[in-house]
Amino acid sequence: MEKILFIAHTQADGTLPNAAREALSAALELSGKIAGSTLTVGLFGKDVKPAADAIAACGAASFIGVSGEQFAESRYATDAAAITALARQAGATIVVAPTTSRISRAVAGAAQRLGGRIDTHISGLDVADGAPRLQRWYYRQRMVATQSRSQRPWFLVVDVGVFPAWSGVAGSAPLQSLAVDQDTCTSRTKVIGIQSPSSDTQTIRPEAEVLLVAGAGWTKKQADGQLHIKDAEGIILDFLQKNKASLGSSKSLVDQSSEGESVLPFMSHLNQVGQTGSTPRHPKGLATCCHGEEPHAVGWRFINERRAINLDAGCGWAQGKADVLYVADAFQVMKKVNELLG
Amino acid sequence: MNGGFHIVVCGSIVPDPLQTLAPMEGATGPALKNEMMLPSVLDPWAGHSLYEAANLAKKVPGSKVWLVSLGPKAKLQQLMMSIAQKVAFELVVLDGPASGFTDSTEVAAALAGAIGSIPGLDRSRLLLFGGCASASRDAGVTMQMIGEQLGLTEQFLGVDELTVTENGALRVLERIEGGQYQVSECSAAPAVLAWATGNLPEPPNNPQIGMVNMRTIMPALQKAQTAAVGTGGISYQAVELPSQRRETRIVKDMPADDIAAEIVAWLKG
Ligand SMILES: Cc1cc2nc3c(=O)[nH]c(=O)nc-3n(C[C@H](O)[C@H](O)[C@H](O)COP(=O)(O)OP(=O)(O)OC[C@H]3O[C@@H](n4cnc5c(N)ncnc54)[C@H](O)[C@@H]3O)c2cc1C
Repeated sequence: MEKILFIAHTQADGTLPNAAREALSAALELSGKIAGSTLTVGLFGKDVKPAADAIAACGAASFIGVSGEQFAESRYATDAAAITALARQAGATIVVAPTTSRISRAVAGAAQRLGGRIDTHISGLDVADGAPRLQRWYYRQRMVATQSRSQRPWFLVVDVGVFPAWSGVAGSAPLQSLAVDQDTCTSRTKVIGIQSPSSDTQTIRPEAEVLLVAGAGWTKKQADGQLHIKDAEGIILDFLQKNKASLGSSKSLVDQSSEGESVLPFMSHLNQVGQTGSTPRHPKGLATCCHGEEPHAVGWRFINERRAINLDAGCGWAQGKADVLYVADAFQVMKKVNELLG
Repeated sequence: MNGGFHIVVCGSIVPDPLQTLAPMEGATGPALKNEMMLPSVLDPWAGHSLYEAANLAKKVPGSKVWLVSLGPKAKLQQLMMSIAQKVAFELVVLDGPASGFTDSTEVAAALAGAIGSIPGLDRSRLLLFGGCASASRDAGVTMQMIGEQLGLTEQFLGVDELTVTENGALRVLERIEGGQYQVSECSAAPAVLAWATGNLPEPPNNPQIGMVNMRTIMPALQKAQTAAVGTGGISYQAVELPSQRRETRIVKDMPADDIAAEIVAWLKG
């Protein structure tokens, strides 16, 4: 009989991240489909009672929590200890967790302590023959596998944007608090705080409807033989502000900073999409001045509708990677787009 | 830092990202078509961690860098022709698959075993480096599991910056959500740092470094242990290429104003 444990942490404001509510839906779906399984909710953080109450009606059989000041911060030693304690208490055979930076840092360590196995970046989950069967991508989104395991405990870390976020009425969850063996919590690490990237412009918005990708063309010499970096900067920022879009970049553009070339000051490697960058999920994506080479385009796997503006009709986007390629000057087009957006 | 760091970097090969990849059914599970023939590169995020390691070792006297690689010996040897010219390190080779389809638990066990038996490694000064994820399996779990097996419970994931403070503490910037960093301070080694891009460009080739490295690389390749690493308990029901290839509509000779109007209608639609 599978004992399913859903684990999540609270955020600074005491709520669960959206990714956690999505993973909760995944755990509920599994427990609904695996006959005889039970579902436990396991939360960790500074104070987890409000978060447990917020999902009290989810249908889990029990709620366990690890809380206290030492679990307020996201830190490997304490988080790995908390996850291990929750999984032990639940006697979990299957652990479902969201992909957040906090979970990702510590969950594999907990799996190792419990002699378990772990699969991450799960992009689909179903049940076959009474056991989970998952989908995940290999070689940076180039091929997709359907796979399962017989070992337990089995940790399943679900990607963001795959399941709908659970929603329901709040209630009072019968939360059982666990004490964690303090010997397993000792740490020499102190969390100092959160720092935004070099500029104070927030350009990465995972929840945005639209991803705007800027490529190296924005900082290359244009038809008049000149660079137009200031123009590029203005056009891109104006679009982001008007559309509340998230900003992605090609590798070439962000690499220019370490190579000492002219750069767009609000961009860093954190914006990079692709093979060695991120693979964001957005309903729409617009690529500008970006060639659409394969190492870049693999980062677009989860962008549903794709359009590109490029001067080159033979660029990568033309090769089945975008729905529409506008062969045009992105400076002209995007300036006009911004005007129309008002 | 008294006596410097002992920095162990875990990193292996992945297919060159410009190659087209296709899956096939191999003898022991899924594999890539023509896997042994595909040109390969140093796994990018592990590569960044190697360059960061070398840079740190230069700054902190008495430090030393090892590169521990699990992969087919012949392909690692090829890779060394370029990597060995970039930064100084001592190579430790485990001869085995570099496939993304192997189980991370088995990979971690093999690497932890190899690191545990490096002669002269001082675990109290150990910084275990690697990529935050591979470009093959892309699981982001191997470093934590190696760390656990070596008893390292100060761990960082998605690191872009490490500074050693005046009192020898490690100040670490880790990537978190929304393009932000979590800043932490760990009082001293040992620790695990799984790197993202870091801040350094790829070092240029330096034949002198290559000559020094080669003295230890060839013996390391010769005495490489075979690592029995496989797919573990994973059963693969299918591995497929995505079927979706878009029918791209290529719009030429349309005035910029009309294109803009079409894009705005699409954005708002
Ligand atoms: C190991 C490895 C990992 C990599 N990982 C990544 C990755 O994660 N992400 C990534 O992006 N790349 C990655 N790459 C690099 C990738 O192969 C390409 O080199 C890169 O994506 C090119 O960036 P780009 O398209 O912006 O620049 P370029 O190739 O320089 O293209 C610029 C484009 O701008 C267009 N242009 C110029 N002016 C205008 C204008 N006025 N209007 C419209 N179009 C214009 C040009 O026609 C051209 O197509 C990787 C490569 C390797 C080897």
